[in-house]
Parts: sequence; C-alpha cells; structure tokens
Amino acid sequence: MKLNLKIWRQKNNNAKGHFETHVVEANEHMSFLEMLDVLNQNLLEDGKEPVAYEHDCREGICGACSMVIDGHPHGPNERTTTCQLHMRFYKDGQTITVEPFRAKAFPIIKDLAVDRSSFDRIIQSGGFISVNTGGPRDANDILIDKDTVELAMDAAACIGCGACVAACPNGAAMLFTAAKVSHLNLLPQGKLEKDKRALGMVRQMDKEGFGNCTNLGACEAECPKGISLINIAMMNKNYLSASILSDKD
Amino acid sequence: MSWLSKLFTSSIGRKVIMSLTGLFFVLFLLVHLLGNLQLLHADGGKAFNHYADFMAHNGFIQGMSWIMKFLFGLHAIVGLILWRQNASAKGQKYAVKVTDNTSFAGRNMIWLGILILVFLILHMGDFWFQMHYGDLGEMDGVKDLAKLVAIKFSSPIYVGWYVFSMIVLGIHLWHGFESAFQTLGARHPKYDGFVAALGKILSVVIALGFAIIPIIMYLNH
Amino acid sequence: MKINGNVPEGPLATKWTEYRSKMPLVAPNNKRKLDIIVVGTGLAGASAAASFGEMGYNVKVFTYHDSPRRAHSIAAQGGINAAKNYQNDGDSNYRLFYDTVKGGDYRSREANVYRLAEVSGNIIDQCVAQGVPFAREYGGTLANRSFGGVLVSRTFYARGQTGQQLLLGAYSALSRQIATGQVIMHNRREMLDLVLVDGKARGIIARNLVTGELERHSAHAVVLATGGYGNLYYLSTNAMASNATAAWRAAKHGAYFANPCYVQIHPTCIPQSGDYQSKLTLMSESLRNDGRIWVPKHKEDVIAIREGKKKPTDLAEEDRDYYLERRYPAFGNLVPRDVASRAAKIACDQGGGVNATGKAVFLDFASAIQRYGKSSAHIKGIHNPDAATIRKLGEEVIEEKYGNLFEMYERITGDDPYKTPMMIYPAVHYTMGGLWVDYNLQSNIPGLFVLGEANFSDHGANRLGASALMQGLADGYFVIPYTIGTFLSKEIRTPKISTDLPEFAQAEQAVKDQIEKLLSIKGKTSVEEFHKELGRIMWEYGAISRNEEGLKKGRQLVRELRERFWKDVFVPGSAEDYNNEVEKAGRVADFMELAELLLIDAEARKESAGGHFREEYQTEKGEALRNDKDFAYVAAWKWNGWDQEPELNKEELEFKDIELKTRSYE
Repeated sequence: MKLNLKIWRQKNNNAKGHFETHVVEANEHMSFLEMLDVLNQNLLEDGKEPVAYEHDCREGICGACSMVIDGHPHGPNERTTTCQLHMRFYKDGQTITVEPFRAKAFPIIKDLAVDRSSFDRIIQSGGFISVNTGGPRDANDILIDKDTVELAMDAAACIGCGACVAACPNGAAMLFTAAKVSHLNLLPQGKLEKDKRALGMVRQMDKEGFGNCTNLGACEAECPKGISLINIAMMNKNYLSASILSDKD
Repeated sequence: MSWLSKLFTSSIGRKVIMSLTGLFFVLFLLVHLLGNLQLLHADGGKAFNHYADFMAHNGFIQGMSWIMKFLFGLHAIVGLILWRQNASAKGQKYAVKVTDNTSFAGRNMIWLGILILVFLILHMGDFWFQMHYGDLGEMDGVKDLAKLVAIKFSSPIYVGWYVFSMIVLGIHLWHGFESAFQTLGARHPKYDGFVAALGKILSVVIALGFAIIPIIMYLNH
Repeated sequence: MKINGNVPEGPLATKWTEYRSKMPLVAPNNKRKLDIIVVGTGLAGASAAASFGEMGYNVKVFTYHDSPRRAHSIAAQGGINAAKNYQNDGDSNYRLFYDTVKGGDYRSREANVYRLAEVSGNIIDQCVAQGVPFAREYGGTLANRSFGGVLVSRTFYARGQTGQQLLLGAYSALSRQIATGQVIMHNRREMLDLVLVDGKARGIIARNLVTGELERHSAHAVVLATGGYGNLYYLSTNAMASNATAAWRAAKHGAYFANPCYVQIHPTCIPQSGDYQSKLTLMSESLRNDGRIWVPKHKEDVIAIREGKKKPTDLAEEDRDYYLERRYPAFGNLVPRDVASRAAKIACDQGGGVNATGKAVFLDFASAIQRYGKSSAHIKGIHNPDAATIRKLGEEVIEEKYGNLFEMYERITGDDPYKTPMMIYPAVHYTMGGLWVDYNLQSNIPGLFVLGEANFSDHGANRLGASALMQGLADGYFVIPYTIGTFLSKEIRTPKISTDLPEFAQAEQAVKDQIEKLLSIKGKTSVEEFHKELGRIMWEYGAISRNEEGLKKGRQLVRELRERFWKDVFVPGSAEDYNNEVEKAGRVADFMELAELLLIDAEARKESAGGHFREEYQTEKGEALRNDKDFAYVAAWKWNGWDQEPELNKEELEFKDIELKTRSYE
C-alpha cells in the first residue's frame, strides 16, 4: 500500500518546526514504526537525515514511543502503543499526519522526540516507598487482599509514555501522577507515606508546568494501558485530606 | 506559605474551589427555579411578587446573596486562571484536531462559562437591579416585579436569548456536576452511576425549568 | 592461561554467609569519599545504584534512555524465581541451585549459583516491601506459577508484566536516592569508553545523546550493568537499542569476554512475517504451563493449513503431533528453553511448519480452556454445563492468567488465540555469555564490576525461565553492595580521580576519532542494512544449531562484512546533534567484532551444551552431547584486536556438590 505521510520536522526546541510530506510504500503486516523505518531508509538512500523518533522495546511496555498520529497519541486504536499499531488498519492511499507529543512540560528535542524527564522528577518527589535494601520481613508477613492488589496493579501498569499529557487539551499530567499515587497508596506497604506522597508528587507536577485537570477523560481514552480516571479521583481525595487533615505538611 | 494558601494555589486546590462553588450554585439554581415557577401561577404575579419581596428584604437571604456574588466571582476568576494556565501548558495545538475522546461540554466549559457570565450580568441589570433600585409599580403592597418580567418576556428576541442561555447553562452543568464529584474524589463504583444520572437529570431539569417559563409567558401574553 | 574465579573456601551452603562476615568493609565516613559509576539502569544497574546510594557512596548512574524506567528489563513478562517453598512442594535453596546448574547444562560456577539461590528469597521480601504488586491468593498470600525446566512452583509474578513491576520497584528506590542527591542521574548518555588509570577502572567517556558532547566521568570503581548482546542477531526479542558497546569497549581494554557462544533462543515468540521486520516479540514462557505445542502429523494437513484450506481446529487429536509431550513425557511442554527451541526447529525442518514461511508451530490452549471451564463450572455449582458454558468459563480463567499476552498476540497478528491456536517460533532472547567476573563480580580489570546479563556468571550454557530477573536483582541488591567493598576498602586513601589525567584525554580523543571516521566514510549503505546482514549471517551460521564448517564460513562472512562496513557505511548528519545514526553505527561496529568472537568461541567448544548445539556432538536421539572431560571450563577470551587471534583463558569448573549428569527431561 502507498501512504502519504505528513510528518513533523523540527531541528530542536528553539527552531521552528514544519510538516514534510513523504510517500511510503508499506505492507499490512508492518507495525507503524516499521513503516517509519522504511521512510527513514528511503531518506538515508537519498542522503538525507532520517526522522528522529523515540522507540525501544517495540512490544508496548517501555513507553518510549511518543507520537501523535492523526490527532491521537499512539494512533487511533484503543489500548495500543505506536509500536503495536499495525498497518492493516490503514488503507491504500491514505494520508497520515504524525506530530510530536505536545505540552510545555515536554519540550521537543528533535522531530518527534520530546523530553519527558519531568515525569522522572515527579516520581522522585514521592513515587517510592522509603525502604532501604536489606532487612525487610518475610514477604508473606504482609497479607494483601487479592482485589486490592489487582487495583494497585491496574494503576502500576502505567508505562510512563506521556500519552495522557499529549492527549489532554490542558497538558495535564494527572493520570500519570495519580497512577503512581494509587499504586503505592492502595498497598499496606505504601500507606505510611501516603500523605507525603500525594502532596509531594502533586506539587512537583504543578511545578513542572503541567496543566490542570478538567476531568475531560481524554487521557483515559488514549491511555495505551487503560489506566482509569478513578485514580485521579483517589489522588484528589488523598491530596485534599493530606492538605487539610494531615500533620505531614 | 500557610497550608491553606498552598492548597488553594495548587492545581487540585483550585479545582476544588471550582467544584465546591459549582455545586453550591446548583443548590441556588434549584431554589431560584422554584421561586420563578410561581410566575406560572395564574394570579397576576401576586405569589411571585411576594416571594421576590421576601428575597429582597430577608436578612439571611441578603447575606447569602452577597456570599453568592463573591463565590460566583471566585468561580469565574479561578476558572479564567485555570483556562489561561491550561492553554499555556498545552502550548502549540495539534494540526489534526480530534473530538472523539472528550465531550463537547467538557471541552467548552470556559466558553459556556463566559456566556453564562454575560447572561448573568445582563440578567442582574434587568431584574435584580430593578428590584432593588428601580422604580417598579406596586401591587398588593410589594414591588410588582412580575409585571417587569412579563414585559421582558413579551419580546421574542429576549425570550430567545434567555432560552439560549439556559441551554448553555444546562450544557455547563452536564459536565460540571459529575466533574465536581470527580474533583472532590467522591467516587465509588456503588454510587458513580447515580451521581452521573443525577447530574444529567439536574442539568436537563434546571435548563428546561428556567427556559419553559419565558416560553409559556410569551405564548400566553 | 588458567584463571581463577576467586571462590572462597568452605562448604557450599555456608560459603557466602561466612565470606560475607569476613569480608573487608568500608566505614561509613569513608563511603562518603568514594565515587562509583554505574552504567545501565535495568534491574541490576538500578538496584545496585540505589543500594550504593543508601549505603552512602557517591553514585553517578548512566543510561542512554530518557529515563531509567525504559531499560529492557521492563519487558520481562513471566516472573521471578525464588526458593520460598510457599507452595509446600518441596522447594529449597539446594533445589533451586540444582535446577539452575542442571538447566545451565553444568557450565556455570557452582558457588555463584548457590549464592543466587540463597538470596532469591530476600529479593521477593525486598520487592514486596517496595510495593511490587505480585499476584496474590484470596487469603492474601503470594501466588506462584511454574516455569520450564523445574518440577516445583516457585515463580512469583505480576500478571504478564513482572519485569516491568520489578524494574519500577528498583527505579523507585533509585529515584528516592536521586532525590536525596546521593545518586546523580545522567540520562541520555551513552558510555563509549572505559578509562583505565594504572590498570584500574577509573572512569568512562560518555556521549550526551542530545548535544553530542563527549563527557569525562571519573570514579573509584566502575560497575557495568549494560545487558546482553542478543541484538547482534538483528532480529531478537531485545529492545531496538539494546547493545553491547559498553561491555565490548571494556573487552577492548583487556576485560575477558566469557562464553560468548552461549546464546538463548527462546521457543515461544511470534514468528517473523517479512524482511522489514525490526524485532521479534516474545510470548511469555508461562504460556507453556497451559498451552500445548504441536504440529500436524501428516504432510497433507500441513500443506492444507499453510494454504488456508484447513483450520488447525479441524484436525482431530490423533492427527496432531504433540512432539514435546511425546519426546519428553516427564516435563512435557515445560522442558527448558534450549530443548524446546531445538525441538521446534526440528519439527519445522522436517516439514511440519504451519505458516507460509514454514517456520512456526502451534501453541494450543483448547485443552486448558476445557479443563479450566469444567473446574470453574464445578466451583460455581453448575451441574452438567453445556459446551458453550464450559468454553466461556474456561476462557475467563485463561484471560485472567494470560489476558494481556493474548491481547498482545491478537494486536500483532490479527488472530484471536482463544479461538485458534497461537503460532510461535524460536527467537534469540538472552545471552548467557558476557564479561568474565570472579565470585566478587569483578572482572579481570581491577575496579571494573559487571552485573546482570552483562556478566557470564550464573546461567551456564542455558538460562531457566524467570531466572534473569532473579540474577539481575540478586547482583544489584544483595551481592555487589558487599563485594564491591573488597576492592573499595583498599581505595579509601585514593583521592578523587581527576578527569584531567592524560588517560581521560586519550580515551576521549579515541572516541572522537572513531565518530569522525564513521561520519567521514559517506558510503552508500545504511547502518541498518549492515546490521541486518550481520543478523542474517549469525542466524544462519551461529544460532540454534551450529557446525564447524558453518562457523568458519560465518566468521569469514563477518570479517568481510566488517571490512565493507568501514568502507561503505553511510552515517548522515553531524556528531554535535541528536543523531540516532551515529549511535547505531558505533553499536553495529562493536557487534561485528563481538559476533566474530562468538563464532570463534562456538567453534572452539567442541561439544554441545545448553544453548550451544553443535551438530557434530549429539546423542542418537538428537540431544545435546556434552564433553565434561575436555570442556567443563569457562572460555574467557581476551580480545587482541581485529588483526590478531583472541587469546583463550580457561577457568576450570569444579562441581563439588553436584554430580555431573547427562541432562534428561524425558
């Protein structure tokens, strides 16, 4: 199949970007990234610089791939990362527009690659349980209700790709932050630092310049791992009670 | 910085202001609607005028009305701040716009809100100001506000604008009510469905309730 | 030359505890004066860096990713082993040790493996304390499942995302140290050279992948946790950027590279569908718990299925060859990976391959769906359930266990594995070989420590499922924090290492020259094409089964390819920029050298062991035939450059506590 690609090129964060149009010959078994590999190979054969984009595991778990395809982060398919989007969902002759994740807190590095280190700084502000290596008690001494673990796992499944921020018209990072807060605050091991965690992570999130949540749900709709909005509600409650009732602040 | 100012300058804190004030307005709207419905009494506006007189002179109500104005201002100002922040946090917009992952109401809260603000300013000028400071005739010992209402609602343009504004209000509530619960973290699988349904019912009832009055009065005049 | 693993004396079971109690330590006030560089932030690197930070060392940690969380440990699906015996099925440290040594075909260092088994339980405790959401039973205790090559259930798991959850645990511990300032994170930096001062590892040259700037970083010791070299086959289950450059550049400074020929080919991957393919996707081994592997018995059925005239579900039980169950009745579908992979290759070579390329076998869940459906109906009190109910209930159980894997399979292939069997084929997955290390995980270069997949130590010639995560975390949390003291305790008087030393300047210049050389060739062929070609050669001559002639030919082809590379490679753009092609070019250049060493090692090892199968050395039944008399050693190669033969050093493997037997899973 022949595809018309309208793809964003930008030298670096300070440069002005623009769309470039290319025709790519693809087949239906390819993944979207393999189709971009073909484009890059063509560019190389013409002695041009290939399109920079981030990717690594190509099995939907590392969270590196970050691009907006026809307005949807990771493309139009639900619960699918770009690397697992396959070309059988496209038609011959179709035009596909590819843009980088857009948010002020994700400055562009080059073309489709953006800097998501703000996420790391949010985790550093409380996305952990303060336990040193060595000396914990036997794992089975902490009994955890199966359903609670499942809920925690639902939240912990976040791959930190930033699609939530990219999808959010406000550039908010609430779903990412809430997923980590929920994962740890739901578990008995994490409860001790529950208030400090919610306060610390939300404040760092604000400091990074992410937008405010207006409960639109675009994040949930576009999340490749189906992280639920309920996590945001839980974090809101946590943050509120920590602000008003906790002496940890 | 005190804990309170830290709370209310945080993104979640501001959202909490929006949701609490918003939910308060829903209560106000319900009370207001009950009052307005007396316009439909076929008593020449007597019941309505007594109600309006009570509202204008009762100390508690007057106090509440000033708190209300303050909260409304807060809702509007914080809303504008959030909107500005969000626009700048997003930066450049996408070339391909998609609308299938968000609701119309949710996306347009700011514009719906601004329309409501414009409506409210005009509405206050038309009725609240007249009631307090205007020279309305008397009826049964109280100011005859009902007559003013009847005059206003005889204009099709005025009725159209009023009905349009109520639809806008309904859409605003359509997103706002449920969203307020999400912001406050008041969610639970057991009553999420109820809150969602209540939000939609209230939006329709309030919008329809307010809009039906001018329509009926216009048709009856 | 003979080399020595520095294994302490004493009985196996108490060796580690005793050694640990007598080991030289570094006092807390001295730890503050010592710097450690950790390269890599996967399970081993992140856990080591976090632990060093907690202990008070000054740590600098490097990753070429934007975030530590992207390291490829994240993609491990099935689980992590630990000898907890929570299932009361007779597990013990000794049994885990025994299974691992046997699974590795008796080519690993006994003492290391025992230590690994010994600390395995601590890992689970540590991870649970960090908040890793392992699967639980209804009573709140931890759940287990079984994996290939063992007869107990000792694998802990978090759905099909165990590696992700463990890495996020280590990443969170690391993040906590970064927040305290004890660990300084250098992301988007690629280590391009090791700096030796007076024969000790004292620093690295790293390239900032965004600006292209070369940076010098010094420390008292350098820890490499940079993963394996499976990507030299181009197609593998590794991530696209997984590479051997850090390890290989250490090897070029004289660090021994051990057993490069031990490469694990994983039996359950989604088959290749075309030339454009960039990687292969693994389907967790845990699927073999419930999936049955088969090919059609009759040639005409194979052809009918390939042409789409018949569906696999059309075939009656007696027309199917469940070849693993037939050949290995004791372990059935749960034989170790090397055995399962070879059996799949044989089934396909004999014409049983079920997809268009002839390179796929079925992994079928129909029996498991029936079995689970019936038991689930029983639990729910449904008597005489109809077929549809059984199917539905069975599918629900399967979904709970493997839902995300089934989803992934469908997303990639477009087939629904609940309705039709999966198609799978072996793919390069893990490399047991790596930089040689002694019992302290120190290489032959003093001050250079190597952890996780990057070292060679624990898996012998074949790794068992769910053991990679165990080894990475054992090395990082429970071994290196102690053993690094054996080196650093002697360095407490060494002041901070200056990066102005001539050794740093030289190393930086060499890196710069190499990058400039790559950019200046301006040939016609892209790096990717060279990499693909390398992969084709290696898959053909150095993968599932090998022979002398092929290995020699492969080596010749690799050498020719390398020569062509340095004349004809095209690397666009500049070095002072975010330039993926510059990164890839350096990595592929290193892969080509390592590939040659792999083939040399495979040729020199004239026996079959685990992942290394030499056609000349097999039993009558076609099983691997070891030669313990001549080859029970670790081949630790010293690379002497492209134009000289590498030098073979041998570490004899002693088995005092385990009897060397022919591995049998029948």
